[in-house]
Amino acid sequence: MNDGFRLLDPVRQADAVKALRAILPPEAVLYEQEDTKPYECDGLSAYRELPMAVALPENEEQVGRILRACRELKVPVVARGAGTGLSGGALPHGKGVLLSLAKMKRILALDPVARTARVQPGVRNLAISEAAAPYGLYYAPDPSSQIACTIGGNVAENSGGVHCLKYGLTVHNVLRVRACTIEGETVEFGNEALDAPGLDLLALIMGSEGMLAVATEITVRLVPKPQTARVILAAFDDVEKAGNAAADVIAAGIIPAGLEMMDQPATRAVEEYVHAGYDLEAAALLLCESDGTPEEVEEEIARMTAVLKASGAYDFRISQNEAERLKFWSGRKAAFSAVGRISPDYYCMDGTIPRKRLGEILMFIAAMEKKYGLRCPNVFHAGDGNLHPLILFDANDPDQLRRTEAFAGEVLEKCIEVGGTITGEHGVGIEKINQMCVQFAPAELALFRAVKSAFDPENLLNPEKNIPSLRRCAEFGRMHVRGGQLPHPELPRF
Amino acid sequence: MQEVVEQYADRIRSAAAGKMPLRLRGGGTKDFYGQALTGEVLDTRAYAGIIAYEPTELVITVRCGTPLTELEAALRAQGQHLAFEPPHFGPGATVGGMVAAGLSGPRRAWAGAVRDFVLGVRVLDGRGDDLSFGGQVMKNVAGYDVSRPMAGSLGTLGLILEVSLKVPPLPFAEATLKLEMPEDKAIGILNHWGGQPLPISASAWADGDLAVRLSGAASAVKAARDAIGGATVDPDQATRFWTAIREQADPFFSTDKPLWRLSVPSVAPPLDLPGDQLIEWGGALRWLASNADARTIRDAAAQAGGHATLFRAADKSAGVFTQLTPPLLNIHRRLKHSFDPAGVFNPGRMYPDL
Repeated sequence: MNDGFRLLDPVRQADAVKALRAILPPEAVLYEQEDTKPYECDGLSAYRELPMAVALPENEEQVGRILRACRELKVPVVARGAGTGLSGGALPHGKGVLLSLAKMKRILALDPVARTARVQPGVRNLAISEAAAPYGLYYAPDPSSQIACTIGGNVAENSGGVHCLKYGLTVHNVLRVRACTIEGETVEFGNEALDAPGLDLLALIMGSEGMLAVATEITVRLVPKPQTARVILAAFDDVEKAGNAAADVIAAGIIPAGLEMMDQPATRAVEEYVHAGYDLEAAALLLCESDGTPEEVEEEIARMTAVLKASGAYDFRISQNEAERLKFWSGRKAAFSAVGRISPDYYCMDGTIPRKRLGEILMFIAAMEKKYGLRCPNVFHAGDGNLHPLILFDANDPDQLRRTEAFAGEVLEKCIEVGGTITGEHGVGIEKINQMCVQFAPAELALFRAVKSAFDPENLLNPEKNIPSLRRCAEFGRMHVRGGQLPHPELPRF
Repeated sequence: MQEVVEQYADRIRSAAAGKMPLRLRGGGTKDFYGQALTGEVLDTRAYAGIIAYEPTELVITVRCGTPLTELEAALRAQGQHLAFEPPHFGPGATVGGMVAAGLSGPRRAWAGAVRDFVLGVRVLDGRGDDLSFGGQVMKNVAGYDVSRPMAGSLGTLGLILEVSLKVPPLPFAEATLKLEMPEDKAIGILNHWGGQPLPISASAWADGDLAVRLSGAASAVKAARDAIGGATVDPDQATRFWTAIREQADPFFSTDKPLWRLSVPSVAPPLDLPGDQLIEWGGALRWLASNADARTIRDAAAQAGGHATLFRAADKSAGVFTQLTPPLLNIHRRLKHSFDPAGVFNPGRMYPDL
């Protein structure tokens, strides 16, 4: 969005490159435009910026020295894993260094008895489960980008996945993060026991979007791989009925391994692409999975079936084997790519709402489709209330992009209004920074900034992301209002 | 209830202005825990009650002064529970104290700790500002996660006014088994079982006896019972047993010696320390009643990859919590200052200079 002109300061760049080359071999420092270009954006490609330089360290010592050097030069640092993030968290800083952790991709230790793996931050999420598979273990959080995304990025975003209602988020599955501070010092958050002395900084680091420290080593918890899994594919003639059915399953004391919903436009888009055999007349489809031992799954599937029947599913199918289970899931897993085929571009949103407000949100989205003249199929982690509306648009049309952003902004603010949040798992990054002004009051944002300066007093780690400045909020023009009272009425408003 | 919050905020503001420390306190059941008790008591029990409970969303929002027993009863009525099984340590335990102490019971190694179930908090910081973080939903990554670190903060960061917790369903079936085996064998087999798909939800070893609790679908509990073997304990007796472990009412805990809590990797071999041990959490939590000197105990815990806390003792001069490394201590000091610039909240409760 800022590709009009760029003020690259050649002297500053030369200083940074010189400092980096004193630490890294020449091929690990990139600064020519053709070399830095691949790093200009992450998964949120509407935002691009060329970094001043890219550093590719191979070990923790280099990371520490790079951070120390950047601090001396007062150069911002943006850490990056695989660049799959969807909120622009790894968007480079035009006057900063992009710190790629891609070369740090070794699994340092895997202890099948202790059920832990100690890995470098650039290790891919799925690679951990693959390494653990021979022992019947796996790493539970499975964001849909798990083939590519790195564990360091998962820590930065506190990533979830379709199984997180039962197995938790990254924060529930990481025991220890070793990291470098901006001062270049090594710190350990958590340890390989179940708790650590002092404040729970491990929890604070999770989802901090690379703004507090740079992870250099991560110990994850591994869990036994469920022996078997089966999924129910249930069809509903009404979206709200499907939402209520999800609530009924949980009210019956069941925590499904996965509970996902797709509305009709989403189902139709994916069916054409994957041929999963979905019922195209259904207003909504619900995928409800059970995993565990064969006896456990049989017991749970029977219980789930009874609930879904009572909740008004007009049709349901239960996977009879692994191939069929994967087929039922194929459409949900391919939803984003399928939508990518029917539209030149799509914008994936990430609000979370209390599930009981689903009907209301979906009606709101339908109204927004009319208001902005854009289509918006919905996929929904029904178990945990995390909504992914996909706004279809053409980025070559500047007006469509503008309308898309306005559409998304309204939906996010609606999520806040119904008691939810602007981001369930993709992070704030640069994308939702304005909506932070709506979700949080000025004093809350001030505390976030104080937390940031406790770790990074000079504001050099991934600055200008996640936490908006008071000025930015004033310019955005929408302030957080709680109980009809403007917070701090004594403050001037612009 | 808002007027109670205003009163608390006023007290915090005047304490901050006069640099007079406040001692945040609920029922006082955990007064024994932590380093020093200083400051004028601010009783959090006036702000009590359940604000919202949505069983189908698995979320409850509760005020700090709510008795823990009241919260647990409300959940039980809907077939749900606090999966981390927090200890009460007395009839007056409150929800705020539970979060601030951050202590979890027998199920912790399998279900998670207090912090894992915290979804959001409302707090008064050291300026008396009324702040909300997190929320009532399972997934929320807006801003830094300030909510979870409130668990175990011992009231040093702020007055926790309200907390939203994830409340999972009660297991459909439970069974407790008892087996006889020595310590090394118990640690070994617990770690072996941990790698199997067995629905274990608690373990306790002491003096050659290993108790294992199973929780889950009836079929899974039955299959695990066959796989593990041992003698099945009568259900009422089992409930009493695990409650006694949680509440430290088990005979093991009636000791005159200092009680240490060693948190170590579950695979840590038996710790060669004088005194008696009770081992929970699949090997990851070792209670030690011992007169050995603090240095010896802390070194052994560190050697094993963990840390030791002087949990109950008359003399706390050896320090309750394990020292932090200088860079971590630095972050702690700056964070404390961010939340509580005048240093009024529970000073010295966690570390002497924090």
